Amino acid sequence: MKPFELKTRHSDLKEQFIRFLLFSAAAVSILTTFGVLFSILFEAIEFFQMRSFWYFITGTEWSPGVADSKFGALPIFSGTFIITFIALTVALPIGLGSAIFMSEYASFSLRDKLKPLLEILAGIPTVVYGFFAAITVAPAVVNFFQIFGIDASFNSALASGIVMGIMIIPVISSLSDDVIRAVPDSQRKASLALGMTKSETIKAIVLPSALPGIVSATLLGVSKALGETMIVVMAAGMRPNLSWNMLEDMTTVTVRIVDALVGDHEFNSPDTLSAFALGLVLFIVTLVLNIMSVALIRKFKEKYKVNTL
Amino acid sequence: MSSLMKKTNLNSKLNSSNKKTEVENPFYDPSLQKRHAHARRFKYFTMGSIIFAISFLVFFLGDMIVKGMPAFQQSYMLIDVTYNEKTIDSTRKAIDKKYRRIVSRAWLRDIPAMVEQDPSLMNTTQTSWVLVNHQVDQYMKGHYYKIKDKYLQTIKEKQAAGELELHFNTIFFTQGDSKIPENSGIKSAIIGSILTLIVTMVVAFPLGVMTAVYLEEFAHDNYWTQFIEVNINNLAAIPSILFGLLGLAVFINLFGVPRSSPLVGGLTLALMTLPIVIVSARAALRSVPDSIRQAGYGLGLTKIQVVQDHVLPLAFPGIMTGSIIGLSQAMGETAPLIIIGMIAFIPDSPDSIFQAATVMPAQIFTWAGMPERAYVERTAAGIMVLLSILISLNALAIYLRKKFEVNW
Repeated sequence: MKPFELKTRHSDLKEQFIRFLLFSAAAVSILTTFGVLFSILFEAIEFFQMRSFWYFITGTEWSPGVADSKFGALPIFSGTFIITFIALTVALPIGLGSAIFMSEYASFSLRDKLKPLLEILAGIPTVVYGFFAAITVAPAVVNFFQIFGIDASFNSALASGIVMGIMIIPVISSLSDDVIRAVPDSQRKASLALGMTKSETIKAIVLPSALPGIVSATLLGVSKALGETMIVVMAAGMRPNLSWNMLEDMTTVTVRIVDALVGDHEFNSPDTLSAFALGLVLFIVTLVLNIMSVALIRKFKEKYKVNTL
Repeated sequence: MSSLMKKTNLNSKLNSSNKKTEVENPFYDPSLQKRHAHARRFKYFTMGSIIFAISFLVFFLGDMIVKGMPAFQQSYMLIDVTYNEKTIDSTRKAIDKKYRRIVSRAWLRDIPAMVEQDPSLMNTTQTSWVLVNHQVDQYMKGHYYKIKDKYLQTIKEKQAAGELELHFNTIFFTQGDSKIPENSGIKSAIIGSILTLIVTMVVAFPLGVMTAVYLEEFAHDNYWTQFIEVNINNLAAIPSILFGLLGLAVFINLFGVPRSSPLVGGLTLALMTLPIVIVSARAALRSVPDSIRQAGYGLGLTKIQVVQDHVLPLAFPGIMTGSIIGLSQAMGETAPLIIIGMIAFIPDSPDSIFQAATVMPAQIFTWAGMPERAYVERTAAGIMVLLSILISLNALAIYLRKKFEVNW
């Protein structure tokens, strides 16, 4: 054996084996994504073989479990949309306001204390928010509207929407804060030097520059709100309701998925499989939102050449 | 100049209060005051929004504590209990007739077991503290209650005599779920959570770290690697409930893993935790400086040796921190577990990962849906237990990061 050739055939094989092992581990993540996609897709296709796809998209009556069951998901989509919309009206101003305060007004030490505090909101399990929405917020909403003589449902879309909005505040504020801070300081200074006030600088210069990132954060928040399950299962209603009145009870895609799979239905019945059809819609919509969000952030990164996001 | 004068004149009409400044400074623009006021308002708005978010957090935690604290106490009553053949047969007869609607059914049910455990009790009459039912308990705690007047009289007498008291609630920590509110506890859910999370970590930790090592240390920057990266990002953004659908369709229906078991719950949560572990492990690996690797190569180590003996140990604290955060997220997750049946009524703690089990968030969900008022405080108490575990886990993660943080 030559003195410098310590590498043996054995160790060579071992290295290759470990390399292969590591590679297979990386492949699992791909397998998972496709696992999720296909497990939903196949069952959804089975559902659409039994029921019309067109009626699923445009039909207004959702009545599983009866002899002449109908699966028109429009009221479910509208309920999801309205609750998400309420959540966004709560989360966007508060989240963005918090982000602006943390990045533009607060000192470094204050920001370091505030940010983890806000992120506690993101760490609270959603089942806890659901309980809070059902037991504290929903009765409060009913009592509040009683003052004006308006009847609100105890399962109102408003209550779950508000709590969901609070849940996604940190999603919006955290990323927006990072993005706003990544806007080059020279822009701010130039604006201030021209005599703009601080708020004018923020509104006219900083926010437009950070817009792609803020939109990206908002899209992430929307995607999180759409997929949120526990809050709506516990606080929103079960009744598919095609209405604009956010004081009525409404149902969402996730509620119907849970409802379809928790009952004692036969697995291959359209009642159960409808959950996978709804799941497919949810998967596609959140995937598209996520891809858009990532693309926007990448655009922002390229424009300002930052790597910290 | 004349136009400026004109403007100043105009402004002096509009804004007579600031005459002095205006005269001294020809560049003074009266709208400035408005603009500054606006700037202040804007600042207060942003400050207000963060104060709102944080005060919500405080209100929310306070609300949970106020609602949950009563559950840590439970009412007991001091009465005579007779143990003999007859009362073991029909446990209602062990106590005086007037207490029968006050004492908990669960406690009476346990009389034969108590005698079996301590045979000396047989044929004696003991005066002991006995668990009362949830309506009496709610009365003791000053909540809404539903008790018939004739029993209420007895209760008030007992209370005045100091023989009906609130004691620390050990049942909550030593019992599983129950349909009798005063007898329900969180123990089986805690054990279920532990078993589930063990499965989650055993699967997600090695897979996540190996993926991160592959991507950071071995993979070349090609389409395949980029594809994996995009995939991991998407995986992190998939709504959790869809993992439940995967668990149901693949693990339960395809592979036949027992429904409701910690095994299927743990596997499902592992897939959700995977992206968190991968992302944090990659960040930890990236923070190890290249000079360490180059020194290793310089001494003739192979790539595997460098990674295994030098890079991984240095990145380990960072990896641990990320994994603990992933663990705490998995611990609070409910939606996918509902889909795979982990909300079943489970009174006994599971012994293995193949038995039906429930987890803490699922237990909270079940209790939240119960009609009895007594479950509300138990739900909030369960939430307090869950949140304190989560906060300790996160504190541990922060402590580890602070302790082992290296500034290269």
